[in-house]
Amino acid sequence: MTATAAIEAVWRIEQPKLAARLTRYLRDVGLAEEVVQDAFVLALERWPSDGIPHNPAAWLTRVATNRALDRLRRTVLIDGKHRQLAIDLAELEQAMPDIEAALDEDIDDDLLRLIFTSCHPVLPPEQRAALALRMLGGLSTPEIARAFLVPEATVAQRIVRAKRTLREAGIAFEMPRGQEQRERLGAVLEVIYLIFNEGYVASAGPDWLRTNLCGEAMRLGRLLAALVPQEPETLGLVALMELSAARFGARIDAAGNPVLLLDQDRGRWDWSLIRRGLDGLNRAMALTPTPGPYQLQR
Amino acid sequence: MRFMMLMIPGGYATAAPDVRPEAEAVATMMKYNEELKRAGVLLALDGLHPPSSGARVSFKGGKPTVTDGPFAEVKEVLGGYWVIDVRSSEEAIEWARRCPAGENDVIEVRRVFEMDDFPEDVQKVAEGFGELKG
Repeated sequence: MTATAAIEAVWRIEQPKLAARLTRYLRDVGLAEEVVQDAFVLALERWPSDGIPHNPAAWLTRVATNRALDRLRRTVLIDGKHRQLAIDLAELEQAMPDIEAALDEDIDDDLLRLIFTSCHPVLPPEQRAALALRMLGGLSTPEIARAFLVPEATVAQRIVRAKRTLREAGIAFEMPRGQEQRERLGAVLEVIYLIFNEGYVASAGPDWLRTNLCGEAMRLGRLLAALVPQEPETLGLVALMELSAARFGARIDAAGNPVLLLDQDRGRWDWSLIRRGLDGLNRAMALTPTPGPYQLQR
Repeated sequence: MRFMMLMIPGGYATAAPDVRPEAEAVATMMKYNEELKRAGVLLALDGLHPPSSGARVSFKGGKPTVTDGPFAEVKEVLGGYWVIDVRSSEEAIEWARRCPAGENDVIEVRRVFEMDDFPEDVQKVAEGFGELKG
């Protein structure tokens, strides 16, 4: 196994938590995204020769936080009267010695806030998708571009615009509650389903990276379901995706032509995914007397 | 891609039939299981009774012979497994590295076959395999 592949594996696991933690420290998705990327670049430089640190989460958090401090100090120097920044800086400097302790803190709320912020309805769906794949899936700009069959510059633009919009709209890194949470959850599910469908359309073809979007969407959905287990629509969407993905193998015949559902060889369906999907639907239906759109769509 | 992480606990080969993990060990492992779930990668997991309450059926000479556990000649036995859905074998290995396992435990990481891994003729005779799992 190559050093880069091992580093990428650590990165994929740590990225969402790191992004969530840094966004809470900085209360700015844009700045968090930048310093998290900085940390990854430094890891790619250092780790191949130094080895992967014993506690990669602590290493990455320390590097990203230091980068954030540097950037904030520079901003305060340029505009010394910027009081809010000065306060953030003081808070951040105070938080610094406790990184090891901070890693033990419950990250669930921060992850959920990051999901709600990245998928905020103020952003167009394709910007939400790009930002979510970047912040929560740990995908690079070229990877997102290849998966969506658009130029890299387009993805870079979407992410820059999304970050700017969030900043200008003053979107706080907060947890929506009650009815607002329901509505915001809808905006999140919409994006996860968009990502899944993009992969689903490609799943009959040979383009592995595009098909893999289905996997990214299912992982995002499962993450969300783990964070809000009481939400039937989230379970419904995960079930819908699993039931659809279960039929990948039967969707095309040996000659590469599409096969209609009724003509599909059920033996080629992935029945362990189907069982997971049906379990999910049962749990969703136990939570609500009126099934929502994702539960009905199966 | 799916991987199975096979847990081979140290000393499990000779564990008594009524041996159960202690609450503290289970609590630690639950934290790890939660982490897998939070990452959206966990598909399934199970734990197995000790081999001393199991049996082995061997086929030497083409004929089944049953041996009741424990099995003196077997050093490494399964204690449980996780099935995870991850992006690479490196990611599966990284998850295994993070397991709060005991000093003498071993985790074997193995990729789960998908239908596409087989040549056309095998796929043909294996039709219906998916349904078996339903």
